[in-house]
Amino acid sequence: MALRCAIIGSGNIGTDLMIKLMRSETLELVALVGIDADSDGLARAKALGVQAPHTGIDWIRDHPADVDLVFDATSAYVHVRNAAVLAELGIAAIDLTPAARGPKVVPSVNLTEHLDAPNVNMITCGGQATVPIVAAVSRAAAVPYAEMVSTVASQSAGPGTRKNIDEFTRTTARALEEIGGAEQGKAIIVLNPADPPILMRNTVFCALPDGSDHDAVLASVEQMVADVAAYVPGYRLKNRPVVEEGPFATPGGAVPHRVVVLLEVEGAGDYLPAYAGNLDIMTAAAVRVGEAKALHLTGVPA
Amino acid sequence: MTTTQEQPDVAAKPAFRLTDSTLRDGSHAVAHQYTEQQVIDIVAGLDRAGVPVIEVSHGDGLGGSSFNYGFSGTDEMTLIARAVETAKQAKIACLLLPGIGTVDDLKAIHEAGVSIARIATHCTEADIAEQHIGMAKQLGMEAVGFLMMSHMTSPEELLKQARLMQDYGADLVYCVDSAGALTTKTVRDRIEALVEGLDVPVGLHAHENLSLSVANSLSALECGALHIDACTAGSGAGAGNCPTEVFVAVCDRMGVPTGVDTMTMVDVAEEVVRPAMNRPQMVDRAALILGYAGVYGSFMLHSERAAARYGVSQAEILLELGRRKVVGGQEDMIIDVALELAAQKARQK
Repeated sequence: MALRCAIIGSGNIGTDLMIKLMRSETLELVALVGIDADSDGLARAKALGVQAPHTGIDWIRDHPADVDLVFDATSAYVHVRNAAVLAELGIAAIDLTPAARGPKVVPSVNLTEHLDAPNVNMITCGGQATVPIVAAVSRAAAVPYAEMVSTVASQSAGPGTRKNIDEFTRTTARALEEIGGAEQGKAIIVLNPADPPILMRNTVFCALPDGSDHDAVLASVEQMVADVAAYVPGYRLKNRPVVEEGPFATPGGAVPHRVVVLLEVEGAGDYLPAYAGNLDIMTAAAVRVGEAKALHLTGVPA
Repeated sequence: MTTTQEQPDVAAKPAFRLTDSTLRDGSHAVAHQYTEQQVIDIVAGLDRAGVPVIEVSHGDGLGGSSFNYGFSGTDEMTLIARAVETAKQAKIACLLLPGIGTVDDLKAIHEAGVSIARIATHCTEADIAEQHIGMAKQLGMEAVGFLMMSHMTSPEELLKQARLMQDYGADLVYCVDSAGALTTKTVRDRIEALVEGLDVPVGLHAHENLSLSVANSLSALECGALHIDACTAGSGAGAGNCPTEVFVAVCDRMGVPTGVDTMTMVDVAEEVVRPAMNRPQMVDRAALILGYAGVYGSFMLHSERAAARYGVSQAEILLELGRRKVVGGQEDMIIDVALELAAQKARQK
């Protein structure tokens, strides 16, 4: 039995997610719900034979018996309102905005920890790309301070992302701590308008205290990159990870070294072209969480 | 001094408002290591000279203290507090880049007594500043729109972006030549377009990489700009900014009232700011290549360190970054390029 799903939000993320959900065997897409009848996403849904109402969360309110799980791909502000409605209706939510109402999930780190939570948060695209690396470092060494820099092509950052830029940095920084295991986290996002568009780039810096086992750190990072690539095929190291000598006066204290991990995410090209790896990593991770939830709730192995 | 030369009239209404950014852009040149005492001394000097606006924060704006941009030696909020306490007539301004700092930083500086928030985005990405310009206005601060790397877009597109900032509530908008890549002609094209198309005043933030910062600032004034950025002793990212003391001296000789006492400014540059600098700023090879290749000026010291660390050429790093069309904030790409150049070199051996 497949879990019946709806997506709210017919922008870049919602539309890309629709295309991925249509390939899933354990998740059945019931509707892509938007608010703009003329949006490209809703037009694509109709063309693919998916219901495409434009009445937003009201459509879910009117069809509570048709939906087991909602993927929210709106914006942080809108999700705060949607989350309350979904909770009232008793419908589980996977939140793809940085609203962070529920526990944060990164498939390669804590996929099975929150399967019963009514609302789980997918952090941000940059968070999905970098939290695993911080988690990989912190299972091999203490990480008093971690920092990520995400650069995405301007063309792949829709109006929701642009209005939510503070929510991106805050939510991502918290995830570096809560899920990544850093004592302190910092997140930075840069938009690059180059044409042709650049592939999504992410850089992770972790402070390495005296006595850290650098070889163990590097091996752990390489293993984690393979684990993420298992559900996001375009996720890869751009260059080998390097340990650089400081000293570095981080907010978590002075450290003699830092590890620098330079990552690139090529998208699958489901909706936007390959440069938009930021969409892919988010939607691929959300599908992974949805499928784990389906397996857990239905008890049928996928 | 001969009587045929124009004499400064310090009582005349200034033709433009000068913002001195020694303690913000200039902090790139000292790797963000300004001390409390240096801030007190520099603010006191600039204030005494009559500079109306003094900008203080990490070189990459509020929240810029990081691995990527360099950690501040002293917490910027401490430095800002010292600046606010020291200034008698000057207003204190801070820079914020959305994506690095957040509205929480704006609330904190407002609380600290800062009255001007300068919100900076890449020249084509003004719409990420809506929250921040809105918050600055909501807090009752003056909001300045700051369009960085303005050489990377056309005057028409720059105007569209400036209009967005104006719509969000910006009280004025700057054309910012972060790479020091604009010439007198390309500055003129941009300032004319902004002055013509905006309802709010226009400013120029020039850099010295092509030795044009003073000339470009004069061109901007001729085209109707009402705000000019400068840094004392020409400090700043890359080859540094338009030197404050030189610019007010030139304005005197051209009969342009600045509201600043030139001789005091000259003394502050020589006796207060120069001793605080790690090295003189000049258009050396790296600085010139930044301007020539159109690369963000803050990359200079970071690329110098990466070149030394990986045994590759700084000039090659900068030229490659120019080819990749990286924008401000992508300092991590310096390591990326250095690693690739090092790998290339190893293969050739």
